[in-house]
Amino acid sequence: MHNETLIPKIGVVTDIRQDTPDVKTFRVVGTDGKKLFEHIPGQCAMVSMPGVGEGMFSITSSPTNTEFMEFSIKKCGVLTSWLHSMDVGQQITVRGPYGNGFPVETTFKGKDLLFIAGGIGLAPLRSVINYVRDKRENYGSVQIVYGSRSKDDLVDYQEILDEWMSCPDTEVNLTIDREQEGWDGHVGFIPNYVKELQPDTSKTVVMCGPPIMIKFTLAGLKELGFVDTNVFTTMELRMKCAIGKCGRCNIGNKYVCKDGPVFSFDQLSELPNEY
Amino acid sequence: MMFRLPVNRLDDLFAAVSAVNSLYLPVDGNDGRASYKKWVEGTKLSSKLNTVRSAKDFFFPQTTNLCDFNVKDKEIEVIDIRADSEDFVVFGVRACDARSFTILDKVFLADPIDSYYATKREHGTIVTLACTRPEENCFCNVFGIDMTSPEGDAACWLTDEYLYINANTGKGTAFIDSIKALLEECSDEDVKAQQTTVKEIAGKLPFAGVSTDYFKKNTLLDIFNSEKWEKLSESCLACGTCTFVCPTCQCYDIKDFNTGHGIKRYRTWDSCMYADFTKMAAANSRNTQMQRFRQRFMHKLVYFPDNNNGEFGCVGCGRCLSRCPISMNIIKVIKAFEEE
Repeated sequence: MHNETLIPKIGVVTDIRQDTPDVKTFRVVGTDGKKLFEHIPGQCAMVSMPGVGEGMFSITSSPTNTEFMEFSIKKCGVLTSWLHSMDVGQQITVRGPYGNGFPVETTFKGKDLLFIAGGIGLAPLRSVINYVRDKRENYGSVQIVYGSRSKDDLVDYQEILDEWMSCPDTEVNLTIDREQEGWDGHVGFIPNYVKELQPDTSKTVVMCGPPIMIKFTLAGLKELGFVDTNVFTTMELRMKCAIGKCGRCNIGNKYVCKDGPVFSFDQLSELPNEY
Repeated sequence: MMFRLPVNRLDDLFAAVSAVNSLYLPVDGNDGRASYKKWVEGTKLSSKLNTVRSAKDFFFPQTTNLCDFNVKDKEIEVIDIRADSEDFVVFGVRACDARSFTILDKVFLADPIDSYYATKREHGTIVTLACTRPEENCFCNVFGIDMTSPEGDAACWLTDEYLYINANTGKGTAFIDSIKALLEECSDEDVKAQQTTVKEIAGKLPFAGVSTDYFKKNTLLDIFNSEKWEKLSESCLACGTCTFVCPTCQCYDIKDFNTGHGIKRYRTWDSCMYADFTKMAAANSRNTQMQRFRQRFMHKLVYFPDNNNGEFGCVGCGRCLSRCPISMNIIKVIKAFEEE
């Protein structure tokens, strides 16, 4: 009998962290206590609670983490609400890894990297950022521009403060949408902030966030002189199979689950604007 | 090598095949429509041109149980319920439906292969039957399919006197070997004569001259952004009938059903024509019926060929032409673009 990727493995939730009012990060291992499978930064997995639903989530932990996988999940639908209500020790099902992932060992190598994330959009980038941090000598400078509605909505805030900010040759620029007590950092939307920061156009950009943020940030980057081939993003559409067969997550002739989720903007410019 | 059997011995042939494997063939129902049924003593082969539902059902059924789960407190048990398939024979598959398997194979047998489909394909023998009386909705020739020389493991031709049979694959040879006692070796003269006559009819079918060149010559984005989609999709009811009768439509959904004794995860046919097909908690990438309608035809005429060396995702069986309640169909779509 052939292997069947549609039949999932069992994962055990060993830790749950409340990141923001609506985002939790779940730590998952196999029933043997080990990591379920290896992945490339930017790849995804199908996470499910049988009887509730199954959905595609970015693996937010770095592949350099040899002990477990993490998923940062925003509560927004039936399955995610259920996941948010579970306790440590709960078993779920996981299958993967799926998708292409970021070109961390090819295109990104030796490059100065600019990460731009909005809200839960940090989740898929966290895997790349921590990967780059662990293999720091392989990459140039790192700049991280991250924004959210408020200070409380910044995902992984503690990790950003404790680890990212102290990493060599790494600049972290945080912003929130509106003034808030206890916040003396930047206030304003990401697209404007990126323009203000005037990043060097030789940088390779990795961007993820709500569609409206992507749209305006991309326009701003182009104004600054960035070219589409150097700007990467990761897409999300409805998925069921995760292997390019169920037919729903396509953008033109590309399946986001299989050919993506990582695309450069020059690839996207050749595809229909249907996402 | 061509073999034949007198038509009055067809029942003996079916009985001999059935003695070893399950045999399915088109049978007329009380409603006057043909559908695939398992052969039992007395079952007669339909004289209809084709079945309402295509032969894809044997390999990609409307529902498939993928696996089961037992959930107890915080623990989950995953149960692999897959069983090996028995060998079976599907007889009387037309050239259009036979080609649909080449298309479905490119989806389901691409890495990672779909084991449910692959198992059925490994165990199924497809015996095709050449068309002699094509109907006005037939347009397999638009996609380069020869209705007089169907693919499949073995191909048959039916005349007033004989059933002729010829193997196309190793499986087809094995099939012929299994019934050799009933067959006699013969020349292919009668088959060739029938092919000549039928090809002449096929050339005169209303859609015989329809060209698909537009979809080869224009870019994905130009076709996608065409203004024609609005008007073409205007009356679409989003019933999804075209997708369900289509031999190449393969989109599916995965759902869980709690039986009270455990959870069954199953897949079902789905349709890109439905509003919830792409609906996520936060957004829907195809919000309008125009977008969904466009997706179906872009997939068959542009996306699939782009990914498969120009091969179209339609076999011209004509089922969607016969079944669409508003008489919209792929031929009208192709023609609308070709008129440019």
